[in-house]
Amino acid sequence: MTRSWELDAILALAQRDLTKLLRDRARIITTLIFPFIFIGALGGSLQATVGRSAGYDFLVLTFTGVYAQTLFQTTAVGMISLVIDRENDFSQELFISPISRYTIIAGRILGETLVAIPQAIAVIAFGLVIGVPLSPLVLAVLIGAGLIVAFFGGAFGVLILAFLSNQRAANQVFPFVFLPQFFLAGVFNPITVLPWYLDVASRLAPMRYAVDFVRGLYYLGSPDYDRVVIQSPLANLMIIAPLFFACLAIGTFFFVRAERNR
Amino acid sequence: MTETIVVRDLVKRYKGAELNAVDGISFSVHEGELFALLGPNGAGKTTTISILTTTLAPTSGKATIGGHDLATDASGVRRTVGIIFQKPSLDLNLTAEENVRVHAILYGLFPYRPFFSLMPIAYRDRVRELAAILGIEAEMFKPVKTFSGGMKRKLEIVRSLMHRPRVLFLDEPTAGLDAASRHALWDYLREVRSNTLTTICLTTHYLDEAEDADRICILDRGKIVAEGTPAHVKRDLTTEYLVVDAADRDQLRHELAARGIAHRETPLFEIPLDGVGAHALLRSIETPLSTVRTVAPSLEDAYLKVVARS
Repeated sequence: MTRSWELDAILALAQRDLTKLLRDRARIITTLIFPFIFIGALGGSLQATVGRSAGYDFLVLTFTGVYAQTLFQTTAVGMISLVIDRENDFSQELFISPISRYTIIAGRILGETLVAIPQAIAVIAFGLVIGVPLSPLVLAVLIGAGLIVAFFGGAFGVLILAFLSNQRAANQVFPFVFLPQFFLAGVFNPITVLPWYLDVASRLAPMRYAVDFVRGLYYLGSPDYDRVVIQSPLANLMIIAPLFFACLAIGTFFFVRAERNR
Repeated sequence: MTETIVVRDLVKRYKGAELNAVDGISFSVHEGELFALLGPNGAGKTTTISILTTTLAPTSGKATIGGHDLATDASGVRRTVGIIFQKPSLDLNLTAEENVRVHAILYGLFPYRPFFSLMPIAYRDRVRELAAILGIEAEMFKPVKTFSGGMKRKLEIVRSLMHRPRVLFLDEPTAGLDAASRHALWDYLREVRSNTLTTICLTTHYLDEAEDADRICILDRGKIVAEGTPAHVKRDLTTEYLVVDAADRDQLRHELAARGIAHRETPLFEIPLDGVGAHALLRSIETPLSTVRTVAPSLEDAYLKVVARS
C-alpha cells in the first residue's frame, strides 16, 4: 500500500463529508447563524457591561474564543457521523476496505474540518463587520491555527465517540462534554484568574488549549496579551500535539474494537 | 486444487448471548469454486461471512483467505475479498457514481479526483460497463436516496465488482431483485468465474441458485448439518421415487402390498426407488397403469429435510 493511496483515500472520504454538507441547505444555514449569536449577542452584551471595566475589548476576546471553539467543537461533534455510518451500515463498506483504520479516521477528521471551515469563515466575516482588527497576516495565522485546532477537535471527538454505542448516546453525552468547556476554556470569559478548583477543571478541558492557542497568536505583540492569554502559543502547541496523537490512537483503537467486538 | 478459504473450529458468541451464533464450524473452499452457505434465518451464515471479511471478530478458531490469516493479516484478507452485504451499505446522500468512486479510491484502483469527468478513462469505462450489465446506466448520477431496494442492490453489485476480488462473498445478493436482474447478475458472475477463477462464497434463500454451486454447506443453529456437492447432499438426504396410478386403484394397492413394495398414497402411489431401477420395478407390476413418472428431489427438498431433522 503506497502513501499516495492512503492520501487519496483521505481526500475521498473528506470530500464525501463536504459534499453531504453542501447538499444540505438547512445545515448550512444553521452552521452560519451560530457565530452571529455567539459573537454578536454574547460578545456585544459582555462588552457593554463588564467590558469597560476590564480594560480590553470583549468583542475581540469573544471573537477569538468563538473562532477556536467553532472549529474545535464543530469538528469534534461532526465525528458523530462515524456512529451514524455504523447505524446506516455504511461503516461496513469503510471497514472492509484494505486501507488503514487510521486513514479512515484521518479522512473523517479532514472531512469534518472542511465542514467546519464555512462556519469559521462566517466567524471571520462577522468579525470584520463588527470591526475586529484583522490584517492579512493575522488572517493567515488564524487560518493555519484554525486547521490545527480543528484536527485536535476531531481527534478529541473520536476519543469520546469510541466509548459511545449509538447516535442517541452521542447526542446526549456531547453537550455535557462541551458546554462546561465553553466556560472552562474561556470562550466568552477571561480565565487568567480562577479559583483553584476551577483552574484544575480548566486545565483538564482540551478546548482551553485550543482557545488559548488561537488567542495567543492573535494577541501576539499586543498590549492586552498578558491580560487575556494564559500561556504562549508554543506552550499550547506542546500540549495540543501529544494530546492529538493520543486521542487519535486511543480513540481509533477503541472505536475499531467496538466495531468488531460485538 | 488450492484451498482459497480455510476455516477451522470457528466460534462466535455475541456479547450477552447464551448460545454460540457460530458453533465450531470447519470447512474449506477451493480456488474458483462456487460455495453456498445455506440455512434458516439465524443459522449463522451472515455471522460467518462477517468474520471471514474481517468486520466481526471471532470468539475462537482460525481462518485463512487466499493464504492470509484472519487474525494476523486482516489487511491482506481485505485486499483479497469483495462483499455484497445483506443490508445495503451505501451512502444515500451521494450519487450512485460517487459511491462507486469512493470505493474505487479506497481500494487503490484509481487516484483521487473530485469529479467523475476528471477520473481516468479506465475508471469511467469500467463504471459504464458494469452499470450496463445490470441496467442502471441512466441512474448512475442520481442520488441513491431516490433508488428502489432493487436498484440499491444492483449498485452494490457494481461496486463490489470494481476491484475484481479473488474471493467474492455474496450475502443474499439477489434478495429484492426481479427475475431479469437475477438472471443478468448470475450470467455475469458465471462469466467472471470462468474468466478469472474468482472464488464465490454465497448465502441465499433461493435454493435454485445454490443448485449451481460446486459445493454447499447447510448450517443450523451455528453448526454444519450437511456438506458436499448439491448432488451428494440430495442423494444422502432424499430418494428418487416413482409416481404411478391406475384406473383400478384397489388392484394396484393389493398388488403392491402383495409384492412387498413400500409406497405411500398422496393420493398417487409414490414408490421410493432406493437403488432399484425404475424399469425393473415397472416390469414387475401387472396392474395396467394410467400414470407413470419419476421424480428427482430438488435441493429444496433436501434442505427442508435436513433442517427439519436438525
